[in-house]
This record gives sequence, C-alpha cells and structure tokens, in this order.
Amino acid sequence: MIETSGLTKVYQMGGDKVHALDGASFTVNKGEMLAIMGPSGSGKSTLMSIIGCLDAPSGGTYVLDGVSVENLDESSLAEIRGRKIGFVFQQFNLLARTSALENVMLPLTYAGVSGSERQERAMKALERVGLGQRTHHAPNELSGGQQQRVAIARALVNEPAILLADEPTGALDSKTSVEIMSLFQSLHRENGQSVILVTHDAYVARHTERIIKLSDGRIVSDQPNPNPIQAGAAREE
Amino acid sequence: MLFSENFKIALRALRANKMRSVLTILGIVIGVATVVALLSIGKGASASITDQIENGGSNLLTISPGKIQVGLPSLGQSRQTSRMYYSDYQTLERLLATDVSAVVPVYQASYMVKFGDESFTANISGVVAEHKDIRSFTMAGGRFITDGDNKSGALTAVLGDQIARDLFGSLYPVGKTISINGVKFQVVGVLEAKGSSLGSPDELIFIPIETGYKKLFGDSAAYNGKKTVNSILVSVLDSDKTDEISARAEFILRRSHNIATADESDFNVLSQSDTLETLNTVTQTLTIFLGAIAGISLLVGGIGIMNIMLVSVTERTKEIGLRKAVGATRNQILTQFLIETITLSLLGGILGILLGVGIASAFSVSGLIASVITADSIMLAFTFSLIIGVFFGIYPAFRAANLHPMVALRYE
Repeated sequence: MIETSGLTKVYQMGGDKVHALDGASFTVNKGEMLAIMGPSGSGKSTLMSIIGCLDAPSGGTYVLDGVSVENLDESSLAEIRGRKIGFVFQQFNLLARTSALENVMLPLTYAGVSGSERQERAMKALERVGLGQRTHHAPNELSGGQQQRVAIARALVNEPAILLADEPTGALDSKTSVEIMSLFQSLHRENGQSVILVTHDAYVARHTERIIKLSDGRIVSDQPNPNPIQAGAAREE
Repeated sequence: MLFSENFKIALRALRANKMRSVLTILGIVIGVATVVALLSIGKGASASITDQIENGGSNLLTISPGKIQVGLPSLGQSRQTSRMYYSDYQTLERLLATDVSAVVPVYQASYMVKFGDESFTANISGVVAEHKDIRSFTMAGGRFITDGDNKSGALTAVLGDQIARDLFGSLYPVGKTISINGVKFQVVGVLEAKGSSLGSPDELIFIPIETGYKKLFGDSAAYNGKKTVNSILVSVLDSDKTDEISARAEFILRRSHNIATADESDFNVLSQSDTLETLNTVTQTLTIFLGAIAGISLLVGGIGIMNIMLVSVTERTKEIGLRKAVGATRNQILTQFLIETITLSLLGGILGILLGVGIASAFSVSGLIASVITADSIMLAFTFSLIIGVFFGIYPAFRAANLHPMVALRYE
C-alpha cells in the first residue's frame, strides 16, 4: 500500500544543503500497524510529512495506494490527503469554538460530502472512538484524552488508507496515553486500519507490530515486533 | 465547499474577536456613512436649490448695481460707488415693454419696527403691485401692495410670514397698525411662508415704494437729487428669450449710464440660471471635497482591515495547516479568507449605510436640508465596501493560501 524507494529530502539552510532524508526505502502493507522511531533530527518528521503528502520528496519514488504521488501538484496532494490519509497530531489541532461534531466533519466538508451524510458519518466516527455523547462539546470543554479522541475520529471519518499519528500521546498523561494507544490497537485489530505511529518513545513504539528506526535520514533498522504490548490489556480482559 | 459554509466560518472567526472586528470595520462604517449621508444631503440640497429657482421663476432677471466680481473684492474698492436710479427702471420699462410681463423696482433698507412691546430691526422693501406675481408670492391673508397704494402714497404694509409671527405672535395682523422708524403703517396683508429659499420674503416687510420715498427712506434714497433703487427685477415673457432680454437690458443701461465701450458695466444682470449655476458649483466643490475625505476614510478603513487580516492569518497559521492537512486546497483556503474579509467590509458597509441614512434623515428632520436618499447611493456604498473587501482581502488570503502545510502545522 505504501511503497517508497530511495526517498530523499534536501533542505537549503543558508548556504548549506541539509539531507533531512537520505534514501529511505520501505513498504507498508494494508492493515499493518508500525512505528517509525528516531531521535529528533533523525528525519522522522520529514518522512512523516512525505508519507502524509504534506511535502514532496526531493528524490525517489512513492506510491500510495496505487497512486504515484512524488510528482503531484499541490491541489492533487491536498485531495489525496483528504481522501487517503488521516492525521493525528501531538497537539490535537482541533478548531477552537467548534463542536466535536463539526471538527470531525471538517475533512468531509473539503471532500465535498453533502451535509446530511457528513453529519451521519461524523457521528459514526465519534461513536467509534467512544464520544457519541459529547458531540456538541467544544474542545475547551473536553479533557486532553477526549480531544485526542475527537482528533482520531476526524482522522477516521474519511476512511483513510492510513492513519498517520505524530507523537499522539506526547501531550497526554500516562493513563490517558494508555487509553489512546488502546484505541489505536483496537482500530487496527477490529477494523483492519493501517496505522503508522511516528514517535521518539520506544515504549509507545513497542505497541506496534513493526518498528522502523531512523537515524540521520537513513533507515537503520526495520524489524518486526512479534509481541506488541497490549495497551490496557489487564483492564480490558 | 459552499459559500454558506465559508460564510459561517467567517462569522465564527469574527465573533471570536468581537472587539477587534468592531474596531476594524469602524473605518469602513465611517467612510460609507459619509458617502451615503453626503450623497443624500447633496442631492437634497441641489434638488431644493433647483426647486427654489424654479419657484422664483426661471425667467426672472435681477439687475443690481456693482461690477460682477470674480473672486474676492480687492481692498479699498468700495462696492457702493455705483448706483442705479429709479429712472433706470422707467427706461427699462419703456424700452422692454413688449417682451416682458413686468419690470419692477425695489428699494430696500432696514429700520426699527415696532408693535406693542415688540420691536426689532427689519428689512423694509419698497415695491410695486406687480412684485407679487413676479416673485410668485401667495397671500396668507389680506392683500398685497396695489397701484392705488403707490399712487396715493398710502401708509400700508404687507408682512412676511416670520415677521408677522415675531411681531404679532398669535394675533391676526391684518388691520393692525405698526410703526416703522416712527412712521405708522397699516398692515393690509400677510404672505404665506416660503421657507428658507433664496430671497425668501419671510423676513421682509413690503411697503409701496412711492410711500417709502416720500415718508421713510428720505435722503439716503436719493443721490444727486435722483431717486435710487437697490435692484430692478425683470420678468421675461418667453423664458427662451431670457438671454436676449438680458443682453438688451444691459445695452440699454450702459447707454443711459454713459459707459464707454471699453469699460465694464457698473451694474450686473443676473438670471436665475446664473444663480443656479453658481450655487451648483459651490455644492459640487463641497461634495467633491467631502467625497475625498470619505474616500480617504474608506482607504484607511481598508488598510485597517488588511492589517487585521494579516494578523489573523499569522495567528491562525496552525488552523490553516490543519485545514490543509485534512484536504483543503489552496483555492479553498484563499476563498475562506477572502470571504472573511468581504464579510468584514460588507458588515461595515451595511452598518455604514444605516448610519449614513440615519445622518441624512436627521438632517431632514432637523429641517436643515431635505435630504434625498436614493437607491443609487446605497448601491454605490455597498459596491464600494465589496470592492474594498476584495481589494484589501486578496493579499492576506494569498498569504494564507500559500502557507506550506507542514510549516504551518509546526508553527508555534
């Protein structure tokens, strides 16, 4: 579903060329849940931007869900982001003074989905993340964990090929982090949702089935994690 | 993405910063209000001027002493050096007879007027019977000065509406006796109010001109033993011939005043259309001047809106990044911010129109100028604010649309 080959990204910093990404090649299959790990400056944010079609690579090829995206123009990239990728950010990035429901409806609005269908699908997504009762609350009336659930519902609402989560538990306490990780795992297990976690936290990364490690813009290891931690397993069983 | 959705987003963003939004549109409100009020009042003013002129008769020529002055009179040059005589009136009446309905002399001076305890200074106008028709006066009661009054030198007076009120209050003036400079006059008529129009008779007292020369004006109305007049009014029969009669009157008077061909006339002949033109020029200059101020206000208002929108784009960089991440295209962001600016400026425009209409109505109610609010001026103001919204909104909107999604998302 994701096939990259020799992805590079070069930034011009003053007079110097910085190779943020220096030939990353990997494949992600449908339904996989994996983590991209690395310390800050390793290029994982750059890689996430390229996978998420927020940025175009300087070189290499990238096929997402059968579409070659490395040479697409801005508006085609926007369309692909809207249709195939669901983003979850560390800071939730919800629109202030806007209800949970409307926040979740946002991607559908840009995708041109009609009003009634939009509402129905957004409700379903909110129910899926366990917030069916809080649809009309604005972000400032929700806890951090609830806000991140709204953000996850927003990422899910377009039924994306990939859920791309950038440090999704970075702004949450450990108890809430467990809930969020548990939600990702259940989405993966029960709905077959492909999930890519981008994190510097090894503990978070061990919740996935495969860990790609980046350093200095290169993939230094890409290994399966046969026994992922089951978040909140003790409580759920 | 529908317009209504963008509009909703815009309203939400503007509500989020109510105070800021209000202050931002204030410039537009003031500018638009000025434009609307100005156009309404200007239109009202010129309508009432035109109305007054037509009321006064478009075929009326006013001949008065003095040179036509261009600009300010130079120092030391007195306007009182030239005079017109009663004999000028007689000459004109004789020579223009076939083409005019009437030629009338007017001698005007101010004197103390008294009735009971009331006394004040008023303008006394010595006139003949035809004066009433030439100036289209209407009687509120009694009669106007007659030929008989002039022949017999009767001590009769006709009061303008305001004078009648000031002197008599609620009393009916006709039949009462007033004193003008100590001379007793009997009030024989009162004129209907004409309002604050040009040469309104409301604050005048009319007496027979012959009576005036004999009993009231005295020496001041004579020069070198000849009776003088302040002005001569000529009512032309055919208004198409006004210019021709004007030229003939000038020729006749120049000859009787013995003015050499090269010299300027010591009197001037003014038609009502000349007066209209002069007044219109003044009104137009004023309108252009105030219009320029309104334009500057709109420009400043527009810059204010642009400034705030730039701030808003910076503040909402993260929001823009998020919107792009969930699939908003460049054009959708551009439209969103453009509509936000247009909403701001249109809101200012609508408030400005309301305020402008209010100001114009206040002018009407206060009786200063009957303003005329036209759909034209409202459409113009509306269009103006729309154009300002687009013009000053396009740059901030481009700034927003051109943000790189990744950079915007990481913006702190």
